Amino acid sequence: MADLTTNFLGITTPNPFWLASAPPTDKEYNVRRAFEAGWGGVVWKTLGEEGPPVVNVNGPRYGAMYGADRRLLALNNIELITDRPLQTNLEEIARVKADYPDRAIIVSIMVPCDERSWKAILPRVAETGADGIELNFGCPHGMSERGMGAAVGQVPEYIEMVTRWCKENYDKPVIVKLTPNITDIRYPARAAHNGGADAVSLINTVNSITSVNLDDFSPEPSIDGKGSHGGMCGPAVKPMALNMVAEIARDPECKGLPISGIGGVTTWRDAAEFMSLGAGNVQVCTAAMTYGFKVVQEMISGLSDWMDKKGYTDTSEIVGRAVPNVTDWQYLNLNYVSKAVIDQDLCIKCGRCYAACEDTSHQAILMKEGRVFEVDDSECVACNLCVNVCPVEDCITMERMAAGETDPRTGKVVSDEYANWTTHPNNPGACAAE
Amino acid sequence: MAHSPRTPGIVSNRLDSETLAANFTDLHPPLDRHEAHVAADRCYFCHDAPCMEACPTSIDIPLFIRQIATDTPLAAAKTILEQNILGGMCARVCPTETLCEEVCVRETAEGKPVLIGQLQRYATDAAMAHGPQPFKRAAPTGKQVAVVGAGPAGLSCAHRLAMHGHSVVIYEAREKPGGLNEYGIASYKTVEGFAQKEVDWLLGIGGIEILYDHKLGSDVTLEVLTDKYDAVFLGIGKAGVHGLEAFDLEGVRPAVDFIADLRQAEDLATLPVGRNVVVIGGGMTAVDAAVQAKALGAENVTIAYRRDRGAMPASTFEQDLAAARGVKLVFNANPVSVSGNGAVESVTFEYTTQEGGTLKGTGEEFTLSADQVFLAIGQALDGAPDALARDGSALAADATMQTSHPKVWAGGDCTTQGEDLTVTAVAQGRDAAEAIHLHLTA
Repeated sequence: MADLTTNFLGITTPNPFWLASAPPTDKEYNVRRAFEAGWGGVVWKTLGEEGPPVVNVNGPRYGAMYGADRRLLALNNIELITDRPLQTNLEEIARVKADYPDRAIIVSIMVPCDERSWKAILPRVAETGADGIELNFGCPHGMSERGMGAAVGQVPEYIEMVTRWCKENYDKPVIVKLTPNITDIRYPARAAHNGGADAVSLINTVNSITSVNLDDFSPEPSIDGKGSHGGMCGPAVKPMALNMVAEIARDPECKGLPISGIGGVTTWRDAAEFMSLGAGNVQVCTAAMTYGFKVVQEMISGLSDWMDKKGYTDTSEIVGRAVPNVTDWQYLNLNYVSKAVIDQDLCIKCGRCYAACEDTSHQAILMKEGRVFEVDDSECVACNLCVNVCPVEDCITMERMAAGETDPRTGKVVSDEYANWTTHPNNPGACAAE
Repeated sequence: MAHSPRTPGIVSNRLDSETLAANFTDLHPPLDRHEAHVAADRCYFCHDAPCMEACPTSIDIPLFIRQIATDTPLAAAKTILEQNILGGMCARVCPTETLCEEVCVRETAEGKPVLIGQLQRYATDAAMAHGPQPFKRAAPTGKQVAVVGAGPAGLSCAHRLAMHGHSVVIYEAREKPGGLNEYGIASYKTVEGFAQKEVDWLLGIGGIEILYDHKLGSDVTLEVLTDKYDAVFLGIGKAGVHGLEAFDLEGVRPAVDFIADLRQAEDLATLPVGRNVVVIGGGMTAVDAAVQAKALGAENVTIAYRRDRGAMPASTFEQDLAAARGVKLVFNANPVSVSGNGAVESVTFEYTTQEGGTLKGTGEEFTLSADQVFLAIGQALDGAPDALARDGSALAADATMQTSHPKVWAGGDCTTQGEDLTVTAVAQGRDAAEAIHLHLTA
C-alpha cells in the first residue's frame, strides 16, 4: 500500500486529504472526530475579528441540488464565518493541535480590509501553534456585503495588499483562498503570488440559487419567503474547479505557486484528478457533509491502490502530471480523426444515441431493421455526443482512423502529421511555415 | 366450525381470518412517491421505445414515466388513459413480464426491467384518488350505440364512444359490470373492490347507461339491437367453458366459476375448498385458481399441464408465483379419468411426450388424490349470434373490428384465438369505437 504522506508547504500530513474551512471544522468536537477518522488536516472554519461574533440566520442555511434517488449533487449555503467567540476558537485550536502534532491545522481568517485588523489577529493565531493560515477571499454571501470575503477576492489589488500584510506579520505559510466568481482566475492567483502567498487554494463556492419554490416563488433556501444567493459546492462544481486549478498550474506568471485543490472532491479519483492538474493536496467539504467523516477511508484506500497499480510511491509524483496536456484550443491536432464505433454485443438498443444524433447533431447514426444502430462514417464528425448519452459504459467508443485511410466524410486521406489551427489555411491569421 | 388444511373434503373455514387476509393481500403493494421516483429514474427514455411497441394499447410509456419522474403523476395518468381507459386495471393484471417489461432495454442490460406496471399503477392510482376521469364528452351527436357486455372491451368501447358524443346503452348479462375484471381475475391482483371503483370512475364521463341481467340471445336479440341502434358492439367474451368427458363427478368444476365465487364472496372464510385440489390447465386462469385455492387453506394444490414447461401459457412469473405460494406444478400430464363414489376422490393422468408437432401418451400413468378438481382448459364462445361469421373458434372481425354484419363490431375475448388479455380487449374496444365513430359521422 503506497505511503500517502504528503508534504504541502513544508507541512507534512499522513495523507493529502484535508477538510476545507466550513461547518465540519467549526469546533474542537468535530475536528477531533475528523482526525480520529483519518483526515490528514483541517482548515479551521473562518475566524473573524475580536468582538461580538457574527450571527447566522435562524432558518435553513443549506439548499440542495439532487440527482437520481436524492443523490446530493450540490449543496448551497448561506452560512457565515464562525459565530463563536474568537478566544474560544483559538483555545480549541491550540488544544487540538497539541494533541495531533502529525496533522495539519490551518486557520482560515477573514477580517476587515485594513492592516490594523490583520495585525491584530495574526499574532493571536500564531500563538495557537497552528501550521499556517488561509485567507478567506472567497465567501460569496453575507460577508462580501460587508467588504470582506469575495469582495476582496474579486479585486486583485486587494488580494495582493492583504497577502503582503499577512506575510509581513506572520511567519508560517499563508494560503490565499480564491473565489471562482470572477472572469479569469489567473488574475487573482497572480495577485496572491505577487503578494508573496505560499499557495492558493480554490475554488471557494459558486454564487448560486439552487431552486425556486413554485408555490410561493421564493428562492431556496427560503427565509420567511425570501432567499439570498448562496455558495454552491459539491460534485457539480468539480469540472469548473478542475479548469481553474489547471489554468493557474499552467500560467507562466504563477510558476511554482503551490495549489490546494477544492471543489467537489468526493472520491479518491477526484483527488487524483485535482492533483494531476497541479494541486499539491485537496480539501473536502461536501462529501464529508453528505456521508460523514468516514468517507476519507475510501479516499485513502482508493488513492493508495491506484498509486500501487501505477507504480507511484509518493504523492508528489502525481502532482501536475496532466498539466503539460492542458493546452489552448488552437493547438489541438486537427489531423486527429476518429469515428464512433458501436459495440453491437454491448448495445441494449435504447436508441438514445440515435435520437441525440438525429435530432441534435449530424444524422450519423442509422437505425436499421431490428433496432440495430450503426454509425455512418460518412456523416460522423466524432463529436462524442453518442458516447456521452449512451447508458452503457464502453458500448460506444471513438476509434482513431489510421494514417493513410480516407475519411469518408471529407474524402481526405488521414495524415499522421500534427497540424493545428495556427497553420490552417482557413485561418486568416495563419502563419505559414517558412 | 373451524377446520384445518388437513380436514378431508370440500369445507370452509380452513384458515383464520388473519391468515386469510394476509394470503389475499395486494400482490404488488403500491409504490410510494420516492419509490416511484427511483423506479422512474431507471427509464432511459428510449427512442421509438420497445415497451411502447409491445403494449397492445400503445401507451407512450417513456413519456408517462418521465412525467412521474418530474412529479406530475396526473399528467402521466392522462398519457396512459388516453390510450387505455382501464390503465388502472391493466397496471395490475397485465402480464408485463411478457409484454412491455420483457422488451425493456434494462431487462436486456441487467435482467431487471423498469417497473412499468407498478409505475402505471402509481400514476393511475393518483388520477383516481384525485377525482373524476379526466376526459370530456363532445357535444351530443344524437347517435345511439348498443354495447353488449360490460367487460374490458365493452367498457373501453363505451367510454370512447361517449367521448365522441354518442349515447351508449350497455347490455350486461350479469348483475355487476366489469366482466372478467370483476369475476375472473385473482383477488390478490385487484384488491379492495378496485374493479367496481374503476368502472364507477370510468362511467363518470356520462352518456353511458348499463342494463344489468340482460343476456344476449335470451333477454335481447341482435336483430332487436341492430334495428334500434345506429351501431352495435359485441364484447361478450367467451362465456362457455371447455369440459372433459367422463369428468362429471361432484367436486369437478370450471376454474372460472371458482374464481367468480371467490371474487364475489363477502367472507372468504365461508368459501369451501378441497383438501387436495387439482387444477387442470396451464394458463393464467389455472394459476389464479390454484394460488387462491392454496390461499384459502387447501393442503395440497397441484397444477397439471399436459405439455412441458416451455409451452405453458402462464408466464414464468406466474409459474414462479404459484411455486412460491406452495402450488406443485406437474408437466406433461394428460388427464385420463377421475374416480370416486359420487364425489371425486382422485384423478389419473398419463405422462406425455412431444413428438414432432404432436403430443403422445407414454403409457405411464399416475394418480393424484383429489377432492376438488378445477378445469382451466380454455373457454369457448357461448351465446354469440349465429348470423355472424366465425374465424376459427372466435367471431370474425376485420382490422377495424367490424364483423360480417355492417352495423356490428366486436372485440375482446370473443374475437381472439387465445391471447385473451384484458389489455388486448381494451385496445380492440377502443379501436372499434373509433371505427364506429367514423362510420356514424361519415
